[in-house]
Amino acid sequence: MSRTLKLAATGTAAGVLSGLLGIGGGTVIVPLLVLWLGYGERRATGTSLAAIVVIAAMATLLQGAYGNVDVSKGLIVGIPAMGGALLGTWIQQRIATDTISLLFALLMIGVAIDLVLT
Amino acid sequence: MIVAAVMGVAAGTVSGLLGVGGGILFVPALTLVLSLSQVKAEATSLLAIIPVALIGAARQHRYGNVSLRDGAVVGALSALGVAGGVALANALPQRALRLLFAAMMLFVATQFLRRFARARASKAADRPRPNADGSDASDLSDRADSSDTIAGHD
Repeated sequence: MSRTLKLAATGTAAGVLSGLLGIGGGTVIVPLLVLWLGYGERRATGTSLAAIVVIAAMATLLQGAYGNVDVSKGLIVGIPAMGGALLGTWIQQRIATDTISLLFALLMIGVAIDLVLT
Repeated sequence: MIVAAVMGVAAGTVSGLLGVGGGILFVPALTLVLSLSQVKAEATSLLAIIPVALIGAARQHRYGNVSLRDGAVVGALSALGVAGGVALANALPQRALRLLFAAMMLFVATQFLRRFARARASKAADRPRPNADGSDASDLSDRADSSDTIAGHD
């Protein structure tokens, strides 16, 4: 399968699953980029974030049209989170790539538990 | 409010560190602390994710870790896929899907743990030679990263 087809399949899978189960695209995009397209950890997570900007913007417009978006509460968590994103990317450049894999595995286990409990 | 902000910082840190949106922490912050319904919390977390992913992607771009073309392809098709997923959500049994997807996540977790174990084993096999910056010169996955940078660059 060509690289572009793999990327297209990755995007479609991430979108369908987030529409279906309400979980973000990153939990699908990062594993597919790493395990299927041979990306390194840092590049997979960076590229995933770029894709998420597009996905979240489109989905927010869609949900906003239904009146489900609470802008002020979104900003209460979203603005402090921007500081967190700076911290997270800063930390990521300073740890070994295998540690990123380990942390990602732990996140996957957390998401699995969350899926079973809710 | 302070608790919600702290959970926001935690969500952003996970997002920047692991390349996800951070919804796993935004949604509970919005339901448990800011008392939104589940539906509104999931929708509102999408809004919170925009600036977080934007600033994370911008930082990673400066570090040379973003393939913009690939990100655009994945993002555009995901946005289309979401509509399909929402349509399917009403037709398919949610509980079974969640359990199936949880099992897939656990499988992915084992793949990442194996990747971690392999990288550690090869580090132990080579004698570690610290670089000037203190990083480990024998890190194979770092090398995979840099070759990917060349192959994937626009």
